[in-house]
Amino acid sequence: MNPQRMELVCPAGGLPALRTAVDHGADAVYLSLRGETNARNFPGLNFDRKALAKGIAYAHGKGTKVYMALNTYPQPDIWKAATEAVDAAAAEGVDAVILADLGLMRHAADNHPDLTLHLSVQGSATTAEALNFYHDRYGVRRAVLPRVLSLSQVAQVIERTKVDIEVFGFGSLCVMVEGRCMLSSYATGDSPNTKGACSPAHSVRWIETERGREARLNGVLIDTFREGESAGYPVICKGRYHVGDGQDTVYAIEEPTSLSTLDILPDLMKAGVKAIKLEGRQRSPAYVGKATQVMRQALDAVHANPDNYKPKPEWAEQLAGMSEGRTQTLGALHRAWQ
Amino acid sequence: MKLSLGPIPYYWPRERVMDFYKAIETAPVDIVYLGETVCSKRRELRAADWLELADRLSESGKTVVMSTLALMEAESERLALERLVNNGRYMIEANDATGLGLSMGKPFVAGPHINTYNAGTLKELADVGAVRWVMPVELSRDILAAMHAARPEGLETEVWGFGRLPLAFSARCFTARARNLPKDSCELACIDYPGGLSMSTQDGKGFLTINGIELQSADPCNLIEAVPELLDMGVEVLRISPEPEGTEQVIQAFRDCVEGTRSSAQAMEQIRDLYPRFSNGYWKGEAGMNWQESLSA
Repeated sequence: MNPQRMELVCPAGGLPALRTAVDHGADAVYLSLRGETNARNFPGLNFDRKALAKGIAYAHGKGTKVYMALNTYPQPDIWKAATEAVDAAAAEGVDAVILADLGLMRHAADNHPDLTLHLSVQGSATTAEALNFYHDRYGVRRAVLPRVLSLSQVAQVIERTKVDIEVFGFGSLCVMVEGRCMLSSYATGDSPNTKGACSPAHSVRWIETERGREARLNGVLIDTFREGESAGYPVICKGRYHVGDGQDTVYAIEEPTSLSTLDILPDLMKAGVKAIKLEGRQRSPAYVGKATQVMRQALDAVHANPDNYKPKPEWAEQLAGMSEGRTQTLGALHRAWQ
Repeated sequence: MKLSLGPIPYYWPRERVMDFYKAIETAPVDIVYLGETVCSKRRELRAADWLELADRLSESGKTVVMSTLALMEAESERLALERLVNNGRYMIEANDATGLGLSMGKPFVAGPHINTYNAGTLKELADVGAVRWVMPVELSRDILAAMHAARPEGLETEVWGFGRLPLAFSARCFTARARNLPKDSCELACIDYPGGLSMSTQDGKGFLTINGIELQSADPCNLIEAVPELLDMGVEVLRISPEPEGTEQVIQAFRDCVEGTRSSAQAMEQIRDLYPRFSNGYWKGEAGMNWQESLSA
């Protein structure tokens, strides 16, 4: 790939989303097999083996790559399913598997030496040394950085690592270091690491009260929404709480907001970022299509003329319309956010 | 089963740290983990101070391990870690893959922030030099039993036995946020909260603890009732994480229980009043925040 081109990597929670991502200009799609082997283990989402083969055929037919995420940390009870998923990925001919677990990486490196390995964001690698560890030991070629580094830190890491770097470009924002967050299992028993689930739907209850609409997670009051307030899905990091002795109710961790790098795409390219990832395997095909289309246009503009790139107002508007909390941030890439 | 004392998770003034470890010299723990694991801006003690403390504890018969940051971001942090790995006297506890990469070939402890969820990963860690692994706090006794039984020869198992649980790390500093300060000029606000800053739900229930860039549980995890099971399993080390108050009583209660001079129930009575509530849900394979007594019954 031309080093001056960033690959657009789009989410596919199912075949319809895969098709629409491919049709709207994705360079690559990422997907998962059903079950606890991936970090978006939601009911009704992801691929069975037959759909996987169809998806790969469709994507490859149009020159789009397919990456398979197997990015939970399989415990002994699902170890076999996880290694079988790696074997299936290799057999079906995916272009890369996205892993986080050291044991699974060893399995892939030993049994499928030709299978390209990417390090998942869940692998929590934030330094060149960490990335080079995965490269030297398992042959990892690309890594997705956790959403914790500033732009200048991303550039420093790229200078010293042998691994290609992919960053999140748009979508929901994890405020925690991915792969290092157990808030969900603390409240519900299920976490991204253990079950591929954050704030699982079976633990969510909405309760109408005199004070407003309560969102509870396994009984824990995450937020209370007054009439007219838009009520977001209750994840712990986006709830409102009391801090210390204070009586105010505040977003102690993070406001509901989305990450958008639309404004700094040329900076990411100059820093040496090789791929831009869109979050959202749990999103509808319509969302995926629209987000892919906007980012495709933006990336094409950046590639054509990075020095005079100006995001079009309608791109920002379209992305804003799809954002959580209807606001957007550069997240940790912008130091002041931290 | 040995007892270990984890690194102090909070930011305490230098004198307080010195006094704390002075008392630990004679406390019945076998292993002491030292150093800053949460934020590199916490510099009441410098690297040389920690090593000096290590020497003193070592002379009092403790095995000292130098702990490392859970989240590495800046170049300066990487350089500090490199120096620590090469200190020549003490083993380190690696808490991220940077530590794994730098420790390669040297004996080290794979700390609680290394994601170790299966026997395949245990083998990888042993292959790069780990001599002990600390179980991630969200795993259950059933998972522990399976992994401990399948561990490579020579790799010890350590379990988080007591203390607030380290649940999440972020680029953002939540203490600075609570004080309306930007992270880069945080005024080292953490020093005002020797046990972190409590975060409770809108219906007034303690939920989490803000500790700089880390979120901990509000209630300490307490596995004192599981000590007989841990002994049966042959777990080698049980960890107690320091809290601002009562750490010495907790150590004594666990020591009595491990040695059999008190039953779990009796030992529990020694520490029950130190905290309003405990948790042991993770151990039982449930939500981590749950608390149920009579585990072994």
